[in-house]
Amino acid sequence: MIEKNNLKAWLYLLPALLFMIVFMVYPIVDVFVYSMEEGYNFVSQRSSGLGLYNFSYVLHDTYFLQAVKNTFIMVIITVPISTGFALLIALALNSIQKLRELFQTIYFLPYVTNTLAVGLVFMVLFKKTAYSDGLVNLLITFFGGESVDFIDGPYWAKMFVMCFYIIWIVLPFKVLLLTSALASVNKMYYNAAKVDGTGSFRVFTKITLPMISPTVFYLVITGFIGAFKEYSDAVALFGTDLNAAGMNTIVGYVYDMLYGDSGGYPSFASAAAIILFVIVLTITCINLLVSKKHVYYS
Amino acid sequence: MKVVLDGLTKIFPPRIGKGKGVTAVKDFTFVIPDGTLVALLGPSGCGKSTMLNMICGLEKPTEGKIFFGNDDVTDLPSELRGVGMVFQNYALYPHMTVYNNIIFPLGNLKGEEKLTKEQMKEKADKVASLVQIEELMARKPGELSGGQQQRVAIARALVKTPRLLLMDEPLSNLDARLRLQTREEIRRIQRETGVTTIFVTHDQEEAMSISDVIVVMKDGELHQCGKPQEVYDDPSNLFVAKFLGTPAINIFEGRVEKEKLMIGDDTVLDVQGARDGAVIVGIRPEGFIYDKDGGLKCALDRVEVMGRDISIVSKNPACEAPVVRSIIDSDERPADDVTTVSFKLRPNKVHLFEPETGARIRFGKGRRIDG
Repeated sequence: MIEKNNLKAWLYLLPALLFMIVFMVYPIVDVFVYSMEEGYNFVSQRSSGLGLYNFSYVLHDTYFLQAVKNTFIMVIITVPISTGFALLIALALNSIQKLRELFQTIYFLPYVTNTLAVGLVFMVLFKKTAYSDGLVNLLITFFGGESVDFIDGPYWAKMFVMCFYIIWIVLPFKVLLLTSALASVNKMYYNAAKVDGTGSFRVFTKITLPMISPTVFYLVITGFIGAFKEYSDAVALFGTDLNAAGMNTIVGYVYDMLYGDSGGYPSFASAAAIILFVIVLTITCINLLVSKKHVYYS
Repeated sequence: MKVVLDGLTKIFPPRIGKGKGVTAVKDFTFVIPDGTLVALLGPSGCGKSTMLNMICGLEKPTEGKIFFGNDDVTDLPSELRGVGMVFQNYALYPHMTVYNNIIFPLGNLKGEEKLTKEQMKEKADKVASLVQIEELMARKPGELSGGQQQRVAIARALVKTPRLLLMDEPLSNLDARLRLQTREEIRRIQRETGVTTIFVTHDQEEAMSISDVIVVMKDGELHQCGKPQEVYDDPSNLFVAKFLGTPAINIFEGRVEKEKLMIGDDTVLDVQGARDGAVIVGIRPEGFIYDKDGGLKCALDRVEVMGRDISIVSKNPACEAPVVRSIIDSDERPADDVTTVSFKLRPNKVHLFEPETGARIRFGKGRRIDG
């Protein structure tokens, strides 16, 4: 009887499993295989043998190292700042009564706006050409500073725009989730704390933050993963030749290896993708370990 | 500490547009003596929780003043009033252990009042032993039963030695057996600490059994206050009489003719000093004496055995409820073939009320018809 039931269960699961195997498990395994095949030829579909050469090549490629460095800087800067900033905005939204819906809508607008359109606007804001300054540069010169080309200029300026852009684009979703998390904290806890004479900072750290910690944790994890997979925003700002701009990311490097000007190297691309996978996995595991201590699930 | 409520009124503004708003509490004046256990009693929506919230400072009264001792605390924010509050759903912080919940209020103390960890532990242990939860300190609220959570909530309210302890429906989330036990506990804890305590309840039995003073409220107004027995024996109006007592008081339509009380065609009682006219008659279940010469005649429906007493359930057309409930000694059980039962009445268990206003009409020796 149990055997028969098992068979039935598998039968019901079959359609979903089939799709999973064809479109998920097989490609992932294939990426592993590609990454180990040395001297793979795209046309003849043959390789000269198995080994770790692809990894060694990628890890010694200056473009890849630059991409790793860029990606890490973006992650380290944007994840904490965007989460913290979103929390501040959500707290503010939660504490106002009037016009709350209006502000919520305004804060959510970037989320529904097209990435490339936003990129264009950022170009206009930050660009500097021989003939004109962008709005930001006008402001800088107005306050007596030296105008900077944020799009084609020094590395720090480009990184600043990049991070600014990423934070701006991920903020709405975080604000949305945090506002609803804050609203779902039962008011009686605040009343209890108030009667006991608790200061607002202590209320925030001891009550609010633990109560919304699952949402914060979710945002941190997805934020890390999202930032490590950063690519399209860089394209929106700096165009498709990211290596030349010095603003490539790991995913950008993978893409370039597959289809870019120097494309046609699926083995190198796979090796880079595996390295990214290992990095994300490690960071996520660390996150999970940290969360065990600090996240409260009701 | 004595608490004085002087003309308290709370009007909640209307939700939409310009309306009149909802008057939750109306001109409430009352003095709570030091060290007493006071029950605010009334049906749901009568404004008792609003009263409590005004006393602890979570709501601001629209009018009137609140004094703690001689201090006017009307405009004092909640955090400076030094009251302990036990919320209806306990409001224990679910992510903290019982111990951390209890010491949470102590962590708010600043300046010279600031306590060391050892002092906090000492206080927490003391209050935990008072409410008997010493062995639960390391647990989280989610791992406790309702009664245990209740104790933790009381401990948290008491740990900062408040001047006043407030409890909002403290027993409503407990099952019947635990409720009996916990109300005794509340009484004991209140006696041991001597803290002035106000608790809100809609359960008259709960209020009568443990409190020193009960305050009966309806529609935001104070109807009567006094010792439980006094209020029960001497209700000031029909609402109070109906609200207190289980089984409930029996209500009849009656009339007074020449100082005699009539129910239907039966003359049931001498009521000296009462004016002629229609009245509402309230008779407590224990106010009936089973007697074949009695004036009040009812059709016997059934007899319910309650052990020491029996309850005679009978019918009378003048009674507001479908049946009349009377409690008499089990020795006086009517014979099986009886169909009509007669009762004499105990005068002190019979209350008369004005039919329109529900105000009490007093009668008895020495009372005269005025005018």
